[in-house]
This record gives sequence, structure tokens and C-alpha cells, in this order.
Amino acid sequence: MCCPEVPPPEMLTLRSRGSARKGELRRGTHADDDDGFGMSGRPKPSNFPSRTTTRGREKNFLVGAFGPPCKVGIEFSDAETRKQASVKKENGQVVMVPLFLGQDSVAGEVRIEPLPGKKVEHLGVKIELLGQIELYFDRGSFYDFTSLVRELDVPGEILECKTYPFEFSTVEMQYESYNGVNVRLRYVLKVTISRSYATNIVEYRDFWVHNYSPQPEINNSIKMEVGIEDCLHIEFEYSKSKYHLKDVIVGKIYFLLVRIKIKHMELEVRRRESTGSGPNTYNESETLAKYEIMDGAPVRGESIPIRLFLSPYDLTPTYRNINNKFSVKYYLNLVLVDEEDRRYFKQQEITMYRLE
Amino acid sequence: MQAAEHDAVFTSAEEQEKWLADAMALVQHHAFYMHRALDANNIRDVLKFSAQMLSELRTSKLSPQKYYELYMRTFDELRQLEVFFREEGKRGRLNADIYELVQHAGNILPRLYLLCTVGSVYIKSKEAPAKDVLKDLVEMSRGVQHPIRGLFLRSYLSQISRDKLPDIGSPYEGEGGSVMDAVEFVLQNFTEMNKLWVRMQHQGLVRDKEKREKERSELRDLVGKNLHVLSQLEGVDLEMYREVVLPRVLEQVVNCKDELAQYYLMDCIIQVFPDDFHLQTLETLLGACPQLQPTVDIKTVMSQLMERLSKYVAASPDVLQEFLQVEAFSKFSHSVVEVIDAQPDMPLVGAVSLHVSLLTFVLRVHADRLDYIDQVLGACVKKLEGKGKVKDSKATKQLVALLSAPLEKYKDVVVVLKLSNYARVMEHLDYETNKVMTVVLIQSILSNSTMISAPDKVDALFELLKELIQDSEGQPLSDTVDEEDFQEEQNLVARLVHMLVNDDPEQMFLILTTARKHFVQGGPRRLQYTLPPLIFTALKLVHSLQAQDLPEEGEGSGSVSLKKVFQFLHQMVEALAMVPAAELSLRLYLQCAEAAGDCGLEPVAYEFFTQAFVLYEEEVSDSKAQVTALQLIIGTLQRTRVFGVENRDTLTHKATGYSAKLLKKPDQCRAVYICSHLFWVEDGGTIDGERVLLCLKRALRIAHAAQQMSSATRGTSGPMTLFVEILNKYLYYFEKGNPQVTSSVIQGLLELIVTDMQSEATTHDLEVDAFLASTVRYIQFQKQKGDSIAEQYASIEVQ
Repeated sequence: MCCPEVPPPEMLTLRSRGSARKGELRRGTHADDDDGFGMSGRPKPSNFPSRTTTRGREKNFLVGAFGPPCKVGIEFSDAETRKQASVKKENGQVVMVPLFLGQDSVAGEVRIEPLPGKKVEHLGVKIELLGQIELYFDRGSFYDFTSLVRELDVPGEILECKTYPFEFSTVEMQYESYNGVNVRLRYVLKVTISRSYATNIVEYRDFWVHNYSPQPEINNSIKMEVGIEDCLHIEFEYSKSKYHLKDVIVGKIYFLLVRIKIKHMELEVRRRESTGSGPNTYNESETLAKYEIMDGAPVRGESIPIRLFLSPYDLTPTYRNINNKFSVKYYLNLVLVDEEDRRYFKQQEITMYRLE
Repeated sequence: MQAAEHDAVFTSAEEQEKWLADAMALVQHHAFYMHRALDANNIRDVLKFSAQMLSELRTSKLSPQKYYELYMRTFDELRQLEVFFREEGKRGRLNADIYELVQHAGNILPRLYLLCTVGSVYIKSKEAPAKDVLKDLVEMSRGVQHPIRGLFLRSYLSQISRDKLPDIGSPYEGEGGSVMDAVEFVLQNFTEMNKLWVRMQHQGLVRDKEKREKERSELRDLVGKNLHVLSQLEGVDLEMYREVVLPRVLEQVVNCKDELAQYYLMDCIIQVFPDDFHLQTLETLLGACPQLQPTVDIKTVMSQLMERLSKYVAASPDVLQEFLQVEAFSKFSHSVVEVIDAQPDMPLVGAVSLHVSLLTFVLRVHADRLDYIDQVLGACVKKLEGKGKVKDSKATKQLVALLSAPLEKYKDVVVVLKLSNYARVMEHLDYETNKVMTVVLIQSILSNSTMISAPDKVDALFELLKELIQDSEGQPLSDTVDEEDFQEEQNLVARLVHMLVNDDPEQMFLILTTARKHFVQGGPRRLQYTLPPLIFTALKLVHSLQAQDLPEEGEGSGSVSLKKVFQFLHQMVEALAMVPAAELSLRLYLQCAEAAGDCGLEPVAYEFFTQAFVLYEEEVSDSKAQVTALQLIIGTLQRTRVFGVENRDTLTHKATGYSAKLLKKPDQCRAVYICSHLFWVEDGGTIDGERVLLCLKRALRIAHAAQQMSSATRGTSGPMTLFVEILNKYLYYFEKGNPQVTSSVIQGLLELIVTDMQSEATTHDLEVDAFLASTVRYIQFQKQKGDSIAEQYASIEVQ
């Protein structure tokens, strides 16, 4: 059983009664460590250990302290037509940023406009396309997994407004942009005007990357019989194990044995973000969807339909071991709550993918 | 703890009111915002606030009744929402999109209400086949397993879908599906609703069970409505009903194993579907009955079915043929047996009343089939076998109903007597009831003037009336029986005898013998009531035989003869004499004697007289009774002219002898002067003036003696009554022309009377004076008549 799901100690009696040993009734083939049919004693949705992340980080890409002598603008060549993605920033603001696909060419022009009466002396102008992973707990350090450079200008002076076209053609951007709890994966264009004695003038331009996956060739249903001996036996079935982001989860719950008074049943979509590796692994789980699928107590033989539209929820594809830095996994958590507010649940991993 | 209890905490009415009021207020509140959103055409807000409003229906606190009020309130709001969704569709939004959109709601109950509402619009738009939407709705509704909430949700679904079923002739038929889909949908919704409804009983605390069952009962129409919808579908023809609807409904009824539901639903089926459907699927419908729970009041269910079908026949008699075709009766009777077998705990009253219903059915539908009726009774007897007398008063009541039904129907006991099992059923009644029943039987005969004219019927009838005409076990001790009741009953039996009529003397005689056979077992107390009418009936037979002028001696043993009848009479009177009922039998002997005399059977008449005399001697001791008896004997003897001189002399001698031996002088006197008539029988009888005079003189002597005795004991001689009476006798014979009675004798007597009347020693009595005066007046009248009589009277002097 996965560590965050351990019932709190006061529920010991329940545990012994329920004999919720994992896999006891397992019929399915999933050997994941989360497939125990667990219980927890609190109605609160999350009882995982709270490991609050420090988030008071400063923006560390301020433009020159003394005020740059010029304005630097980065424009994409197809800004008019390009799709945009809405991205939630840390302050909760939603901004729109251009959206690229993994193999797209990133092209545009950099425009350097000296302030009136000033000139820019430089040791060269370059533009970089960076793919970065930022782990918040690691003091905001970056890991660049992609770094491409284009030299835009040889050393010299810029006296008046000057534009440099640039193009990174068919760039390999294998990872998707991601804004998580403990981790961020971002793509950024970085223009650097190198100067000899003054600080370099640096300008960033974020953009967003999505990667489409093809329809999976094998997409088995998830079907399993689980239960607590002499107490509750159910069989559930989700029609697929892999879902695209606008997919619908269809399935049913079949009650084989009901000896407890169930109050209601809900299906949760949960995301687990794992960052770091080895002993320094940090897991962060959040419940993205909570969807009541049954009201009241069923009797033996009842079959309850499931139909959950995923489109309203802010989901991403499943990310597995991105650059050895982090993973994002999705789970369907079936929760039954009895009249004493005890929760019985069963969590199943599903794979999310982005369909074109 | 209690307040926190999740389910069905139904507390006092006040709390209920408060909770309802709170919920209503919240619904109102959310509805307000919903309306604002509706006006602003803001679909997101509309969905948000409508879902909040509907969330009020998620309560578990309200009793079904209060919940219903809340439901109705939201129902109204949902109508407006429906209009909005329709408008949205017109504005170009795809119904399919709205249909998906509402499913984003996190809570299931609001989600499903919204889904149903959109679904209704969706079907109406015909953007999707009705059958698909309906199927989806009914399937998704499974998510609500809470009995009350689920029932109301599905009730809502049923409500909004009613006019959108792809029935034959409906605009949704065709691409929207077939009637089969409609039926399937309703059936499924029905099944699920019933399951929820049945489950309601298990909710909450055990101690509230009774209250809960009552509340549950209030919700039954929600379930039953589905059956009504089914019955309203055009496309549900007999075929469909037989093959699909009925088997499926019954399957659910049987499987739910719930008493309340089974009873209600069976009743529902019977009420909502047409008669001819029932008739054609009788076997299936009845087949379900034995499978119901043992506690279900199945007899009412079956009675209702039978009642319905019999009304059907009554309304359109030409369907009777169909009844015969489907063998309705045999199916019913078979089913009755099965049901009773299937419910071993059914009280006897249930079993019997089932038979009553069946019988009523037969009487209404197959009135001409006595064999059916007998079969029903037979089946009932079989049930009662080994149970002895039925003790349970309710069951007894039903038995009486069972027995009375054919009587009421046919108003003819003869029909009833053809039912071989009738008596066997009666045997199971306890003594009192049996008697009541027999009284009913007799009264039916009497009030309908049913003539019973076959010996075997008579036999059967008396077999039925056994309790009344015989002693039996279980009968209360005789001294506890109210004498009046007893008399009344026996009088009824007596009256019954007169209903035994057959014009054929031979048959009639057989009837009489049969009746006697039964009556003699009744014991002395009954005989005095039952035998006299029988005797008179027999005498009637004698008259008719006489009229037919049959030979005196019967030819062959079988045929009836006067002699046989008299023998029969003799035996009966004899039996009566043994009771003992001397005076009664004496009279009857005399009646018989007279009848025999009329028939010219001297020895028989003589024998009867002899018996009468013997009785007089041995049994009649009371002096008053003696007087009366003697008067009767004399009267009868006087009228009987069959005797030869010798027999006659013997009898008259006896009679006069007894007269003179009466105790009181006045009695003696009177008897003696009456005896005079024995010697003066006109029209061919004895006329012996001398002996007449002898009697009269003797009477006079006794009258004198009486007067002397009176003056010796009381100092006054008694009234002159006797003398006046004797005077009248003299006058009678005088007029008749008795040569021995002369005017001088009369004159002498008259004077004697007048003198005595004036003497002081005589007590004066106004009545006697008047009597004498009128006698004198008569004489004067006769004198003045001016005919031959006047001449006779001429010599009599009157002052």
C-alpha cells in the first residue's frame, strides 16, 4: 500500500475488522502498489501527509538594475495565427501564451530598440531556446534539458532600432510544459546582449509546448473485484485504462455483497506529482475531480453506471520520469462512504494522453 | 447522534414543518438567482443555481409527505428551466452539448434532475432518437439508490417522459424507436422504482417500522403510475401484453418478496389493464398468485379479479364465449387450490372467502353451471376436511356467505339440493351457525314459495336441516335453550312441511315417509311440532286419494293406498302419543278417525276412536281437558257415519258413559245433553228420539242435583243456566220433529225455570236472565212465523 494512504492510527479497530489487506480479492492484473482496497477514517478528502512547499520565491530574471538602455522585444512570426494556451501563473492570474508542438519550428524576430539618445555597445547578441526544469524545493535551481543558441549579431553598436529574424527549425521539444506544485517545466526564448563592463541585457519570452500522442494501440479496460471480507464486495469496471484529456470515463460498479450502510459513492480523479529521486522523492497529491456517482445504499446485485466527462478538469497527460526529475501520474479513486463516515476506497492508475 | 443520523430520522411534525420551511426557503433563494440567470441567458449560472436549488432535494430529514411538497416546489421551477433549454436550442446551441454540460455537476441528484430536464427537451427536438435518450436516462438514474430520493427522481423521469414515448402514433415513433422501446423503458423504470420502494422498509430504526410502512404506503402510487402509463400505451396490444408486459411486471412483483408491494401491484395490474387482457392471460396472472408472500392478502386480490371479470360479462354478455374458451372457471378454481396450498399459514377464513369469491364469480358468469358450483363447494369441503366444526367466527361467517350465495341467486332450494357438497359444507358449521343457516334455508323456501316435490330432494333437504330436526352433538343442553326460540324454529320446520307438494299420490306418500323418517329422529320435544303438520298433509293426501277414487286395497306393494296412508297416520299419531302429548294426539286421532270415516273405512275409524278413548282414559286427567276432549270425541263421533250399529253403540255408549262420569255436575250435565246428539244424526244416521229424550232427562236430573248440591253447600242454588241450556236443546229437538219431545214437556220445563227464577233461593244472574229472555223471545218469534213451525209452537204458552 502506498504510504500516503495509510489510515490514521485511531482507525485501528476498523482496520482489523475490515482486514483490508491489499490484493486480497484482486482478480485484475495490476500489480501497482496502489491497488489495495483501503479505508480511511476521515471524511476529509486528503489525508496524505502534508508537506507544504515553500513558495516564496522571487522572480530572478529582472531586467538590468540600472535600467537598460534599450527595449528588447521578441515576436513570433506567426503570432497572429498561432494557438495560445492559457496558463495559470503562481499568483493565480491566467495569461495566454503561444502554444507550440514538439516538432514545430520556433521562428520570429528580435527587435532591439535603443532608448532615444542612447546606444547599445555589445559584445554580441544571441538568442537561446531553453527547456528548463525547475524544482522548487531545490532552491529554484534550473536544469536545462534543451539549449539551442543562435548568434544574432557580432560585437558592435546598435544605434537605432534593429530587428533580427531568428528560427529554430523542427526543434526537439520532447517534454510538455508543466506547472506543478513542486516542479515546473518551461520553455523559454532568451535573448542576451552581452556587454563587456555593464551587465548583460537579457530578455525572456515564455511559450508553451504540447505534445500529441497517437491513440494507444492497446487500451484495456480496468476491471477488478475488490472487497473487505464479509463486509463489502464490489466489482468495478472502467472501460479503458488510457484516456485523452477530453475523454469520458465510462464504467460501472457492481455490488456483489453489501453489509454496510453506504451513504454515497464518488469517483475522484487524483494527480500525484513525484519529484526528485531516491530518498529525496517528494510526492504531492491533489484531487482534481470529485464526482458523486451514487446516492444512498445499494443492495446486492445493483449495478451503478459511471460517466465522468474529463473536459471540465485541468488535466495534463501522464508524465513518466521526465528527465529523471519528476513524474506526474493520474489515478481514479473510487470512494465509498458509509453512514459513520468511514471511507472505503480503491485507487487505480490511469494513463492520460493528449490527443490531437 | 440522532440528529446526525444520516437516514430517515423522522421526528415530530413540528420539526418536519421547520425543516420543510427551511428547505423551501432555500429553494426559493436559489430559484431567484436561477431566474436572474435565465433572464440573462447565462447558461453557466443557470446550471449552477439550478443545481444548488436541486441540492435541497438531497435531504434525508423529511418524511415522504414533506419531501413530496418540496419536490413539487422544485418541479415547478424545473418547468421554467425546461423552457430555457428549449430556447437555448433555438438559439443554436446543440442539445447534445447541453446534455453533456449538465453532467458536469458534481452531485448526482441535481445532475440527474437536470439531465432528465434536458433529456426531455432533447427528445422533443428530435436531434437524437427518443429511445436512446430514454435509455440513457433510465440507466443513469440507477445512481440514486436512496429509496425516497430515487423514487421521486424516477417519478420525475416518468413524468417528463410520458408524452415522449415512442408509442404507436406518437411523433417520436420510427427513428425515435418503436413501442417496444417505450415498453422497455417504462418497465425498467417501474422495476427500479419498485425495488427502491420495497427497500424503503429497511431504512431507519426498527421501532419506527410501523410508521414507516404507513409512509411507504403513501408513496405507492408513484410506483403504480408506471403500470398506468403502460396501460395507456397504444402499442401495447394483447400480444405485447401477454408476451412482454405481464411476464415482466409479474416477475418483478414476485421477486420483490414484499407483502405491501405485492398486494398493491397485483391490485394495480387488475385495475389498470383492460378486462379482455386479463381474460386472455388469466393463467399467467393467476400463476403468479401462489408465488406471492404467504402474508399477502391474496384473497382480496383474486376476488377483485373475479369481480372485475364477472362485471365484464355482465356488461357485455357476448364475451361469455371467450370465458368458456379460456376455461376461466377451471383456471380460477385451480388457482384457488394452489394459492391455499402455497400459503399454509393462511387463516381458514381466507381460504373460505376465496371460495366465496370463486362461487360469486361462478354465479355471475356461469349461472347455469351447477356442476361448477358443486365443484367449488367440493373444493371447500376438501379444505375443511379433518378440521371438524369450524370454530373461528370469521370463517364461519364466510361459510354462511358461501352457503347463502346460491340460495340468493337461484331463490330455489331445489337447485341447492342438487349440490351434493352443500350438506358437506354445512356439516362444518358449528351448531348455532348451522341452525341459523337452516333457518335461512327454510325462510328462503317459504318466502319464495318453493314447492319441493321429489322424495330425494326432500331427503336431501332434511339432511341439510339435520341440526334443526334432530338432536346432535354440540347442541346446548335443553334447559339452556330459550323455549321461544326453540318453538319458533320448530314452527318453521312445521311450515316447511306444507311446501312438500306432489300431485302424484304415490310420490307424495314417499315424500311423507321420507319426512317422517327424519322427523322421528327429532325426539319428543320436536315431534309435537313437526308431526302435526305432517299428519295434516297426510290427511290432505287422503282427501286427494279419495277424490281420485282409488281402490281401497293397493295393487302391488309400490303403489299407495288409503290403507297405507292410514297406517302411516296411525303410526305417527301413536308416536306423538308416546311423547306424550295426549290432548294433541287425541285430537289427531279424531281427525284421522273422521277422515277414515269419510273414506268408509269402518275398522280404521273404529281403531282411531279406540285409540282416542284409550288416550282419554289413560292420559287425560285434568277435568277441564276432559270436558274438552269429550266434547271433541262426541262431536267427531256424531259426524262419523261409517259405523255399523254395533260399533256405533259401543262408541256412543262409551261416550255417554264418560260424560256421566265427569267430575263437576255442570260438566256432567252439559256432556250428557251433548250426547243426545249422538242419537239424532240426520241424513241417514241414527235417529232415536227416545234415547235423545233419555239423555235430556238425565241432563235435567243432573242439573237438579247440581242445584241441590249448590244450595246444600252455599245456601243458594246456583244459576239456572243449565236449565235454560237444556231448554234450548229441547227446543232444538222439538223443531227437528222428535216425537218424544212434545210441547207439553217444553211447557213444563219452561214453567219450572220461570218459577225457579222467581224463587228467592236462586241466585240471580243477569246473563241467565238475558239468556232466558232471548229463548222466550225466540219461542214467541217462532209462534208468529205462521208456518208449520208456528203451528208446532202454538201449544206452548209464554207470558
